[in-house]
Amino acid sequence: MLAPSSRERLVVIGNGMAGCRAVEEILARDADRYAVTIFGAEPYVNYNRIMLSPVLAGEKSFDDIVINTAEWYADNGIELVAGDPVIAVDRAERTVTSQSGRTVDYDRLLIATGSDPFIIPVPGKDLPGVISFRDMKDVDTMLAAAGQGGDAVVIGGGLLGLEAAHGLSLRGMKVTVIHLMPTLMERQLDEAAGWLLKTELESRGQTILTGADTAEIFGDGKVEGVRLKDGTEIPASLVVMAVGIRPSTALARKAGLAVGRGIQVDDHMVTSDPAVLAVGECVEHDGNVYGLVAPLWEMCRALADGLVAEPTGYRGSVTSTKLKVSGIDVFSAGDFSGGEGAEDIVLRDASRGVYKRVVLREDKVVGAVLYGDTADGGWYFDLLRKNEDVSEIRDVLIFGQAFAQGGGRADPKAAVAALSDDAEICGCNGVSKGQVVASIQGGACSLDAVRATCKASASCGSCTGLVETILALTLGDDVESGPRTICKCSSFTHDDVRREIVAQHMRSIPEVMQKLHWTTPDGCSSCRPALNYYLLCALPGDYVDDQQSRFVNERLHANIQKDGTYSVVPRMWGGLTNPRELRAIADVVEKYNAPMVKVTGGQRLDIFGIRKDDLPAVWADLNAAGMVSGHAYGKALRTVKTCVGSEWCRFGTQDSTGLGVRTEKMTWGSWMPHKFKIAVSGCPRNCAEATIKDFGIVCVDSGYELHVGGNGGIKVRATDFLCKVSTEQQALDYCGAFIQLYREEAWYLERTAPWIERVGIEHIRRRIVDDEVGREALTSRFLYSQSFSQEDPWAERAAGKDREQHAHLGEFRPLEILAAE
Amino acid sequence: MVTGDWIDVGALVEIPLRGARTIKAANGEEIAIFRTAGNKLYALANRCPHKQGHLSQGIVHGEAVTCPLHNWRISLVTGEALGDDEGCVPTIPARVDAGRILVSRMAMMATLAA
Repeated sequence: MLAPSSRERLVVIGNGMAGCRAVEEILARDADRYAVTIFGAEPYVNYNRIMLSPVLAGEKSFDDIVINTAEWYADNGIELVAGDPVIAVDRAERTVTSQSGRTVDYDRLLIATGSDPFIIPVPGKDLPGVISFRDMKDVDTMLAAAGQGGDAVVIGGGLLGLEAAHGLSLRGMKVTVIHLMPTLMERQLDEAAGWLLKTELESRGQTILTGADTAEIFGDGKVEGVRLKDGTEIPASLVVMAVGIRPSTALARKAGLAVGRGIQVDDHMVTSDPAVLAVGECVEHDGNVYGLVAPLWEMCRALADGLVAEPTGYRGSVTSTKLKVSGIDVFSAGDFSGGEGAEDIVLRDASRGVYKRVVLREDKVVGAVLYGDTADGGWYFDLLRKNEDVSEIRDVLIFGQAFAQGGGRADPKAAVAALSDDAEICGCNGVSKGQVVASIQGGACSLDAVRATCKASASCGSCTGLVETILALTLGDDVESGPRTICKCSSFTHDDVRREIVAQHMRSIPEVMQKLHWTTPDGCSSCRPALNYYLLCALPGDYVDDQQSRFVNERLHANIQKDGTYSVVPRMWGGLTNPRELRAIADVVEKYNAPMVKVTGGQRLDIFGIRKDDLPAVWADLNAAGMVSGHAYGKALRTVKTCVGSEWCRFGTQDSTGLGVRTEKMTWGSWMPHKFKIAVSGCPRNCAEATIKDFGIVCVDSGYELHVGGNGGIKVRATDFLCKVSTEQQALDYCGAFIQLYREEAWYLERTAPWIERVGIEHIRRRIVDDEVGREALTSRFLYSQSFSQEDPWAERAAGKDREQHAHLGEFRPLEILAAE
Repeated sequence: MVTGDWIDVGALVEIPLRGARTIKAANGEEIAIFRTAGNKLYALANRCPHKQGHLSQGIVHGEAVTCPLHNWRISLVTGEALGDDEGCVPTIPARVDAGRILVSRMAMMATLAA
């Protein structure tokens, strides 16, 4: 191994996706060859520029789209000079000089300056409030403008412009898109798909002006609007210019390199100077320049192969496009201009808003446009790139891969197994199937591990299902049950779904299923209760509970038993009761012939054998004695078990019974991912068994020990010690904060014990103990949500709500009906 | 009201979408009538082939219901258990006419007597 000081010096101009990817590819082949310095104009680590749209739309944060963290630079000995662009290259001396005056020597120079947004030369283009959509700074400017509300104009109805318009529209601005051409995205879509897209965007409240030519941007000191050549004026406090990009070649041109439309390179990405390479959107290869991400991965591979391994050579790219606007699926690839010898196969399904068009030439796919259903985009693109003869499947080609290859019954696993090793799996990070398999064979046995090692599925997540299938195919039964999809109806994990519900402000189960591409019309008995809970948790007081997505027990507010009758458990606060309650329970047992009454493990009484038609009357009787639902049937707060504490017990240190009652009064009625049990013990002898509860309080002389994550059940787990507090109020506040954290972060049907084993007790401590502000916010979110949930469901039912749930539709008396004939 | 073999057992709106209601016979047996999200109507004996759970209390999804006792999934169309489970419940012809639910009398009698 060479000492770093004696290595060749590689200087990279450009800290973007191309520059860093090239460095990654080089390191993967020979980690010790170069001492690397990367100059970046932006003051950040390398982030995924194509994910700026989701950041603008509020679906991702900047941290989510970072590709290489500061640790990556440090671990690989890379010197990063961020926020200081290179302004001169001296090829004779082999040095570069940055804006701040820093000069660095190089043996090899790699130019990856990307592209510059094209600014149309109209009056007013330099006014404050006129920006492009290229980097994080532009996103920040747009977010600041959107915070003020008002009108925005986006000039350019291409991919980037529409994504900007979508984001601004989601952020509350009134958006007008001005597009010079007669249809949107005319370089990627044909007229029919362009029209469908325009109609959809208009229905979302955007104004789309096609065939509109900008005359000037006007305003006094800052932008106030846009005037079109036909005289129309559109008010705007923000104008985003997204009409196109140009390779950024100024530096290369100044350095005397051969530059055409871009920096000219050979198949190994070498410029006219053998010591200087270039890669990405700034280059021109074989007469072509590219403004999309996919060619970049292939260029970087060729570059690294040429530089430190066997030269392979770049042969140009065929590109495909996907629009990142949630809920609108658009795909296009190749050439769909038609012309002589081109044959069109078209499928339209107006009621589903689907349009598919595949263009063939000499029995080979040369282009595809898909709108509304883009699931087969990758397949058509694969056929196109491989130049495969499709004459045998021509008749069924348009129905997609599953149909064409599986005779109508699809086996998605077989389809993935059939993919070749160079088939692209993750478009965001340019990862092929072969690389995913290699990463799995290298020990990555879970989705998270694959994401961490080869980055597949680590950005937009749309290939998560594919990666999971490859995991299953590669490992067989060894695949780790890491983040699983929520159920078979979706390729999203519980975490994905929760995050997207919040980020996209979703408000109903059908909306979630639509936006997250559910594969079934109305879900299943696994996902529907989960979605109902996630929405309920995200929108306290606002969400209308879907009764048909509740398990029977939560729908009927009682526990179904194996004979179809129900058991009823009224709440006994802290395990306390009185003669009036006991009398009412005794009366109910006799009146409704309940065959059994049992003292439960949670210190209350369970009345068995009640028929569903009698439930409202039973509840009315219990309500009359002051009792409410014990939620013994719910994914909710069950009981707060107590011991008698300092009031009676000679060992008691604090008023554990009183604290238990106060805890139950605070927490009852809250819906949670799973059932939740609390106990308060008055001394470390722990008679209330607080250390096997979801939240346990053990009173000691000097205060209250708080324990979390215990349960009995199939696998007993003792609690983890969280912390000690000194007052009752603190114990209550921490309890509320812990419950809220559990409500917001755990997966549906995950008890606190497996949740804590999954995320680690340290995570809980950081959020609840170390972060005072965060804890207070959690507590107050819990209390806010509780302000809507402490209505006794039994009282509502006893008063007649949802009466039909307890009654038969009718009775069938065959003899009478026979007589009526 | 009886028209030929069809008995009117109530109005469609009395069954919630993705929900079910029951018809009770004198001998205690029940028929469950399901209404799917797509507004289709199905009638089945109200007992799961597994442990006789009340299917009417299950979650209705697509053309299937999940039994509330042990999560067996039963096809509303055929009455057969889906997935790896095996078993079948009797189905009863049912249809909607002018917003009213009509169920086959003969089939219902046969099912309830069984």
